Amino acid sequence: MVDKIIVENLSLQYSDGTESLRDVSFNVPEKAVTVLFGPAGGGKSTLLRCLNRLNDLTEVRASAGRILIDGENVLDPDTDVIALRRKVGMVFARPVVLPMSIRENLTYGLELAGEKRRSKLDEAVERSLKLAALWDEVKGRLEDPAIALSGGQQQRLCLARSLALQPEIILLDEPTSGLDPISTGKVEAALVELKKVFTIILVPHSVQQAARTADYAAFFLQGELVEYSEGKTLFTAPKEKRTEDYVTGRFG
Amino acid sequence: MMRRAFSINRHLAQRLGFTFITLMAIATVLPIVATVIYILVKGLPAISLEFLTGFPHDGMRAGGILPAIIGTLYLTIGTAIFSVPLGIAAAIYLSEYAADTPLTRTIRIAIINLAGIPSVVYGLFGLGLFVLFLNFGTSILAASLTLSIMTLPVIISTAEESLRAVPQAFRTVSISLGATRWQTIRRIVLKEALPGILTGVILGLERAAGETAPILFTGAAFFLPRLPGSPFDATMALPYHLFVISTQVPEMPIRIQYGTALVLLVFVLTMNLIATVIRSRARAKRQW
Amino acid sequence: MEKSLNWYEFIITRLIKASGYSAILFVALIFFFLVREGIPTFGEVESTSLLNIRWYPIEDRFGILPLITGSIMVTFGAALIAVPFGIGTAIYISEIAPRWVREILKPLVELLGGLPSVVLGFLGILVLSPFLRVFLDLPTGLTAFTGSLLLGGIAVPTVVSVAEDALDAVPRAYREGAWALGATRWQTIWRVTLPAARSGVLTAIMLGIGRAIGETMAVMMVTGNAPVLATQLGSLFSPVRTMTATIAAEMGEVASGSTHYHVLFFIGMVLFLISLGVNIAASSVVFRAKKRAERILS
Repeated sequence: MVDKIIVENLSLQYSDGTESLRDVSFNVPEKAVTVLFGPAGGGKSTLLRCLNRLNDLTEVRASAGRILIDGENVLDPDTDVIALRRKVGMVFARPVVLPMSIRENLTYGLELAGEKRRSKLDEAVERSLKLAALWDEVKGRLEDPAIALSGGQQQRLCLARSLALQPEIILLDEPTSGLDPISTGKVEAALVELKKVFTIILVPHSVQQAARTADYAAFFLQGELVEYSEGKTLFTAPKEKRTEDYVTGRFG
Repeated sequence: MMRRAFSINRHLAQRLGFTFITLMAIATVLPIVATVIYILVKGLPAISLEFLTGFPHDGMRAGGILPAIIGTLYLTIGTAIFSVPLGIAAAIYLSEYAADTPLTRTIRIAIINLAGIPSVVYGLFGLGLFVLFLNFGTSILAASLTLSIMTLPVIISTAEESLRAVPQAFRTVSISLGATRWQTIRRIVLKEALPGILTGVILGLERAAGETAPILFTGAAFFLPRLPGSPFDATMALPYHLFVISTQVPEMPIRIQYGTALVLLVFVLTMNLIATVIRSRARAKRQW
Repeated sequence: MEKSLNWYEFIITRLIKASGYSAILFVALIFFFLVREGIPTFGEVESTSLLNIRWYPIEDRFGILPLITGSIMVTFGAALIAVPFGIGTAIYISEIAPRWVREILKPLVELLGGLPSVVLGFLGILVLSPFLRVFLDLPTGLTAFTGSLLLGGIAVPTVVSVAEDALDAVPRAYREGAWALGATRWQTIWRVTLPAARSGVLTAIMLGIGRAIGETMAVMMVTGNAPVLATQLGSLFSPVRTMTATIAAEMGEVASGSTHYHVLFFIGMVLFLISLGVNIAASSVVFRAKKRAERILS
């Protein structure tokens, strides 16, 4: 399998010098689900935000290392971050719908990119809602305010919103942490379909979700990458003791 | 037995305390209501079409106050032209761009100071800079510029507050979808903050409309035979007019004084009402 | 398309940044012009004579002491009224009043804050002053006391708004904690909520005082305009002159560039510095409280 993303010796620091990640290296194969899991404070979310340079808004700086997406280092200051963010979509932990209608939420990114043609926009709306398994539920009320949807629906809307830009990579940071089991199941089912087309990186909110969804898994503990391998093997026969302790619930 | 008495004591204290505070609140609010009603009652008899659309005669003792009304309107618009764009832009800077540096803190202190400067000192400043140094003369332009600087802190503070009230998550999401910072501000933050900003602007302009001291030496005139034709003309204005007719014109009919006060009051209260309505309607329609 | 967007955004960002700095520019400008026209005073008038007891410009007497005492007396009286009533009303609105009363009261107080001071001065002349003259059996109703009453009413909305915001900002958890320990609501207000809002309430008081010092028109219309040094408590019931009223009353009649003109600007300088002082004091109170809170919470 081709590697879509290569993380090379990445170290991240906060503005006061404390380390968030230490010398992390791993590969993310394309068209699969790679799971980054571990206890809180492990640096997973921070790593995720480097991939679409969202950390530019925060006090986190990369002190060493590279992140290669399709062979290009996205940490390079000359990178076109706008294009990067369209290529790498993100879904956050709490569903944040923009204060607009469902349709406008979905067309927001496209309109920013300059797309004005009504036909193209409509097509993108339908396509992305179907990918996120939300089309049937909202197709009759696209002009309704997005805030009127339930929590699970809002999160799938957020997923559809990033899909509308036709990214190549999708980052999901604990996307189902506030959702009920049925909604969680719908999102996980959508990921199974989506991974046929997109490269997916998921930070799960539980070890069980990690085990359910991972094709590949990386275990992070306090800023260090402890173990990385195929999902099947990591959760059933982990090599490192720390991984085994966490996966079996001896600490958390 | 002792515990019982203690408990009664505490609740009695509360009962008395609450009553006292409530009376204080009533004593504060009652004069406001009384004032408005009093002016309404005493001023209404003077209100007629002629009063509102006519010019004054006989040394202000008869006729109408149209030039004063128009003058206040011009001054309010003039103030808006200068203070609104500048104030909103400054608020956007403080809310969306400025980091917590000593420079930013200095800006904030400067704004607080502008807010606290006595209105008559603004008048002096306006006289020194606009009327004399820049040679605009006693004019609508000089008075509006003076009033704008005075109104700036009010607009900046309320606008900044409205901008900050917009949830940070919206900005993060917008950026993650490929927006630049300004696109995010224009399409989401500014749009959602607009009602709050508008409320602040109207309240700021309301204060500017009622001020006398800043326009005393910069633009106000007591009697002008016709309406001002250009921004370089002086103008009559309601607050100044009220001041002069109530203190410096002998044998001024009381009815006309109250009438003028009523018109000014209505002007100001209408703005207040509009601002309040905007604010409550926006709160109901909010999607977050 | 991206390129033109960048260029456009660049200009807008620059304009916004410039607007941000403008506040500093204006403060500096104001101070500069006050000084420019006020400093010549020291060249034209003997500095110590500024501290004389007589303000009589016609005879070249520029003693500003009576003006200062006039301002102090009226402001002090106003504070005596505005502080208790202001904070009391703020407590009522924030802690005691039922929801529907709050919804009416808050806009009402805001309304008072919007009333033009010339209208209040007008009513002061026609209603308050004759009433006080009769009620207190004074030779004239235009006194420092009348001014204090009116000024107190003008400063109250400022105190109420800021204090109410401060009380409102006290986390609900504080009050609930006190109730859980068996305190009555009244006790909670005085022992928990008010102390927690201390810095905001102090700011409210200082801003109210600042408002009172800076008020011009209402004060000018009802304090009688007699620049007489206020020496005893009884002077409260005779006419005085404040610094602000002096500038407003006399600026229209001075020749530009004359000594009188320069002295009036000098008084403006003094007022500017006083308000600067009050504001810096107010913000340092907030700043220090915030620092202390940060230290405690970290």
